[in-house]
Amino acid sequence: MSRGRPTGRRRAFGLAWRWSAVLLAVAMLAPALVGLAQPAAAQDEIIVGLITKTETNPFFVKMKEGAQKAADAAGVKLLTGAGAFDADNAGQTTALENMVTAGAKGILITPGDTKAIVPAIQKARAAGVLVIALDTPTEPMDATDALFATDNFKAGRLIGEYAKVAMGDKAPVIATIDGSTGVSVSVLRHNGFLAGFGPAEAGGATPVATDSQFVPDSRVVCSQDADGDQAKSQTAMENCLQKNGDINLVYTINEPAARGAYTALKAAGKEKDVLIVSIDGGCTGVQAVKDGEIAATAQQYPLKMAELGVDAVVKYAKTGEKPSGYTDTGVNLITDKPMQGIESKDTTFGLANCWG
Amino acid sequence: MDSPSAASAGYGEAHVARGSISAGEVIASIGPLLALLVAGAFFASRSDRFLTGQNLSLVVQQSIVIGVMSIGQTLIILTAGIDLSCGAVMALSQIVMTRLAVVNGVHPVPAILLGMAAAVGFGLLNGVLSTRFGLPPFIVTLGTLNIAFAMTIIYSRQQTITNVPSSMTWLGNTFKVGTTAITYGSVLMFVLYVLMWFVMRETAFGRHVYAVGDNPEAARLSGISTNQLLIFVYSLAGLFYGIAALQSVGRTGVGDPNAGQTDNLASITAVVLGGTSLFGGRGKIMGTLLGVLIVGVFRNGLQLIGVESVYQVLVTGILVILAVVVDQYARRKQA
Repeated sequence: MSRGRPTGRRRAFGLAWRWSAVLLAVAMLAPALVGLAQPAAAQDEIIVGLITKTETNPFFVKMKEGAQKAADAAGVKLLTGAGAFDADNAGQTTALENMVTAGAKGILITPGDTKAIVPAIQKARAAGVLVIALDTPTEPMDATDALFATDNFKAGRLIGEYAKVAMGDKAPVIATIDGSTGVSVSVLRHNGFLAGFGPAEAGGATPVATDSQFVPDSRVVCSQDADGDQAKSQTAMENCLQKNGDINLVYTINEPAARGAYTALKAAGKEKDVLIVSIDGGCTGVQAVKDGEIAATAQQYPLKMAELGVDAVVKYAKTGEKPSGYTDTGVNLITDKPMQGIESKDTTFGLANCWG
Repeated sequence: MDSPSAASAGYGEAHVARGSISAGEVIASIGPLLALLVAGAFFASRSDRFLTGQNLSLVVQQSIVIGVMSIGQTLIILTAGIDLSCGAVMALSQIVMTRLAVVNGVHPVPAILLGMAAAVGFGLLNGVLSTRFGLPPFIVTLGTLNIAFAMTIIYSRQQTITNVPSSMTWLGNTFKVGTTAITYGSVLMFVLYVLMWFVMRETAFGRHVYAVGDNPEAARLSGISTNQLLIFVYSLAGLFYGIAALQSVGRTGVGDPNAGQTDNLASITAVVLGGTSLFGGRGKIMGTLLGVLIVGVFRNGLQLIGVESVYQVLVTGILVILAVVVDQYARRKQA
């Protein structure tokens, strides 16, 4: 081994790294000092932030679309961000901080982890930023200035009431394909469905919106968490059918779950005998209602949440007036098989107002 | 300039002796810094909010969890190993800490130590399984990734742990330099990097890590007990994941059962961006720090100028490929 060449190379390496270290120090420190003296330009421009749970879920894609439309209409700048997965608190926190730094007047957020995000929201609000929760409330709910969301319990109740009438005299054997463990939306929709469906015997207890866990019900023979994912829901439904082949009513947290359940039921040759009800109102979901795979779904309106949110931030920026409390952004029952005494809209309406 | 000792004959430099200095080598070593500076200059020209002390401090704060975790990942990759379990182990560690302190009322100090012990335990398990049982680290850590994730979910009951005592979130507290608030966690990250930079460069352990990664058989024949060294490296990496867990608690103020789910790939990304070779034996601890900061700067900068965050993912992907191309180029020039 020659000693000369490695030493030369080593020196080159050492030089490169020493240079790097110096440059890094300069790069990190100089701007820190210079930057302080810089005036923040374009301060009159109103900036609105929107942070969704993920980039890819069509629900949030639609929400973003609604926010962009409202931002364009009001002539304000929209910044968007998202977590890498549904409960990516670190990702959402980072986006929140960056938007505060970017000078956002207000931030709209669909919290992925409803509790863990609270300290970050408190910091943003302490910096004078209006924070509005969209779709999902934080815990506690008053951690944000306001909440614009679907009443998930009511959405569940609508399809529960529908299922009750549609089932008629048939003794219900129910499977529920739920969302993720510990997520409030999953609990609210599930319990809302049971409340709408009514108690097993007259005068029995019905769930209320403040129940924090699934309320046990003897008619529910199988409950599975499937994260609202189509493939996982199919597996869950297959397992439920293994457990009890008499299932004749399936509640699902959203339409991908419903389609997964339908696929499993079809493979078992039971799709004609089982009533599937769902929640969400996405375009493929409403199409599935039209095609007869899903009997009915409760449609919610992410576009409206985002539009209301952007408008509220613009109003705050211009007048200093903050929104507060909970604003129900509405929910409609969508079905092509309307039932007596149950208010509903058909799939033509559903498709015209769907998201995704 | 050079340390006059026999360090240049050390194991870590063994591969260096094969050829003369090449452009590839230079690019490989200053590339990450160049990328960081170019990115910084670009964002500074596009947003006057980028080059402020407050914002740069924020970028560092946003990097501390991945940053500390990536020190452990670097050590393991230098031995030609890989650790897919780091994020899950970090998550478990922070749930153990916070749950012990909040639910069981354990004093914060032992709670933190037990949380870190859980992380070190997983590191030890990874090390023992990959050496004593001769299993590939990729598979071993894929297994422990799932075990740690499941344990986190079971132990936390999927509940985020709030009301964490303030003594556990101390790393999230700040002090002021001028008008810029800097967290203690940021300082800790830099201190750990400097410490490990020194250890890897100046100590026998550091040289041995390079040697084992470069050629385990040669290292063994030259008297290094490679199995012991590897077990120690994995355990030490576990300790860094435990420290990263404390960083996470400090930063978010909660014990989060969903933390760290994408951190394994994020840390491998940082290590690769920093110019460390996935084949082992070549790389720098400080390169990893640059890799972490590059990702952080892009995330922050793109957000500030209002570009959708998916483009940050796109840019990261391109940079990773570039980093590997440079590494291969440097390697070929050497051969």
